[in-house]
Amino acid sequence: MNEPRPLLILKQLSKTYGDNRVLDSFDLTIFDGEFFTLLGPSGCGKTTVLRMIAGLEDADVGEILLAGQDIARMPAEKRPVNTVFQSYALFPHMTVFDNVAFGLKMSKVPKEEIKPRVMEALEMVRLGDFAQRKPNQLSGGQQQRVAIARAVVNRPKLLLLDESLSALDYKLRQQMQVELKRLQRKLGITFVYVTHDQEEALSMSDRVVVMYKGKVQQLGTPREIYEQPANLFVAKFIGEINQLDGEIVAIDGNHEYEVKVEGMQWTLHAEHNFKVGDRVNVLLRPEDLRVEYLEDVQTSQTLVGKIVERNYKGKTLDSIIRLPSGAELITSEFFDEDDPSFDYSLNQSVAVKWVPGWEVVLPYEAAH
Amino acid sequence: MKQHISQFRFWAIGLITVWLALFVFVPNLLVLITSFLTRDTVNTIALPVNVENYVRTLDLLYLQVLVDSLGMSLLAMIVCLLIGYPFAMCIVQLPKRWQPILLFLVILPFWTNSLVRTYALQFILGNKGLINNLLLSLGLIEKPLQLLYTKFAVVLGLSYILLPFMVLPLFSALEKVDVRLLHAAKDLGAGAFSRFWRITVPLTSPGIVAGCLMVLLPAMGMFYISDLLGGKNLLLGNVIKTQFLNTRDWPFGSALSVLLIVLLGFMLWLYFRAAKFVSRQGGINDSDF
Repeated sequence: MNEPRPLLILKQLSKTYGDNRVLDSFDLTIFDGEFFTLLGPSGCGKTTVLRMIAGLEDADVGEILLAGQDIARMPAEKRPVNTVFQSYALFPHMTVFDNVAFGLKMSKVPKEEIKPRVMEALEMVRLGDFAQRKPNQLSGGQQQRVAIARAVVNRPKLLLLDESLSALDYKLRQQMQVELKRLQRKLGITFVYVTHDQEEALSMSDRVVVMYKGKVQQLGTPREIYEQPANLFVAKFIGEINQLDGEIVAIDGNHEYEVKVEGMQWTLHAEHNFKVGDRVNVLLRPEDLRVEYLEDVQTSQTLVGKIVERNYKGKTLDSIIRLPSGAELITSEFFDEDDPSFDYSLNQSVAVKWVPGWEVVLPYEAAH
Repeated sequence: MKQHISQFRFWAIGLITVWLALFVFVPNLLVLITSFLTRDTVNTIALPVNVENYVRTLDLLYLQVLVDSLGMSLLAMIVCLLIGYPFAMCIVQLPKRWQPILLFLVILPFWTNSLVRTYALQFILGNKGLINNLLLSLGLIEKPLQLLYTKFAVVLGLSYILLPFMVLPLFSALEKVDVRLLHAAKDLGAGAFSRFWRITVPLTSPGIVAGCLMVLLPAMGMFYISDLLGGKNLLLGNVIKTQFLNTRDWPFGSALSVLLIVLLGFMLWLYFRAAKFVSRQGGINDSDF
């Protein structure tokens, strides 16, 4: 793999609507050829960033450098960037063919070149037979694919996708995720995807930026973001996570700490630096927890709690365990060939432990 | 409760039906019958039944009037479209709370009788009218311009009176245009003119056709505008008026009326056909551009 080349650089972008600061000195670098995702809850500013790149909205201050050129003051129609809109925004009065050909006609591509390029784009999204249909004669998934074809046919330097799958039903969305990813790899175009769906972000992206209140919370690969969340917001926004309060009682050195959690002392790993006496949040993913019947437990170094809920999910058994302190842990255990039919009864006492080192220890924050 | 509603419906529909029958259907029927009768100096109309009146309408003279009034109405329609479209676009782009006020101002002139407003136009355009006085006092001209009693005055009058009928359907069509489509067009490289010509115009085509018909159809019959501003019988409506009030040839006037109604009806039919076609297509296709 070559050294990644920066394609798009956002510098100190800020935007305020009235009293609402939707974007606050936002910096970002997107590399050539990557699938990049802006992830965050609604109102976090992710769509604003996308619309600024597209040129449909202006930043109050800041620079947008595309391949070294500042495009912040360039009108949208001149930017070598195309968007797949959330609503698809297909032109209802044109056929599928004319929709896809629109951008080429606008950039004065010779007539004899338009037809093969449009058909190629339509074949790519497997809609070659639908060229003469009108958008209202297509299903939601087909309209989605026309919208993608209409954007990629222009061979943009950057393809922006604004919550493009959110209008589709679950099955179709999963299918389109795979398809989008495949398309991106095939075209080699840089994709910038905006979504509030963390599952979608993790499964498709090369890198993800998690945003909240107009600021970057964390930037990294899906794995880094899931396994090493930078703060409590990211930890809680991405997937499910259990949160326990703790206190540093001793420092073992090299990021190892003795931490008091639920009245017991544990040796935990932390990326942050703490002093003795610091309060911390210990975060554990439900699938990292191991539940054992009390009679099988061989060590005293476990949490003990009562099952208050058990939900059979097919692949997994998800339980809620209440600890003596009142804190509740969600666990998610896979059925496997060793123990294909384990189950718990309500109110049963069980032991809970986790693989050492898989916990995340963060400075204490009051719950969001 | 349900009974009340159905009773209300019965009376509401009943009343409208009676009203339409009495004031629309019966008069038109009378006109139709009259058009097949013969002129009579004593009783105005008399038997025998004949089609002589319709044969007379084929006269080259009346055909000329028809072509003339169609031409002038078309001109008024184009003027209304050229003024009305930008006007409606301006209203649509204003903040939502201003829109009702501006639409109200568009409709406001209806509260004054259009005949009165036409006299006002006469006062403005006349040889000693507002415009000529102003130009004379500024020394831009030496003798009054002949504005009144010209075709220009008639077209101006028609456009002035009928402009709201153009603006209202255009406004409602423009209001429905999804701004996201314009964003998409912009994103795909379309400049302001292309966005207007390839997206806005095709999507508002039903409004354009509706507005044009709403101007064209009444314009053909607006005899008093031609009377007061043209000074001559320029419109088909004038000829009909003359037959009834001056020549007192009711059967022939009726025949001309029927002809006008048929012509306008045909145009309406064309419009509905076009509207149906357009709505089935979701707008006019631009593949021919």
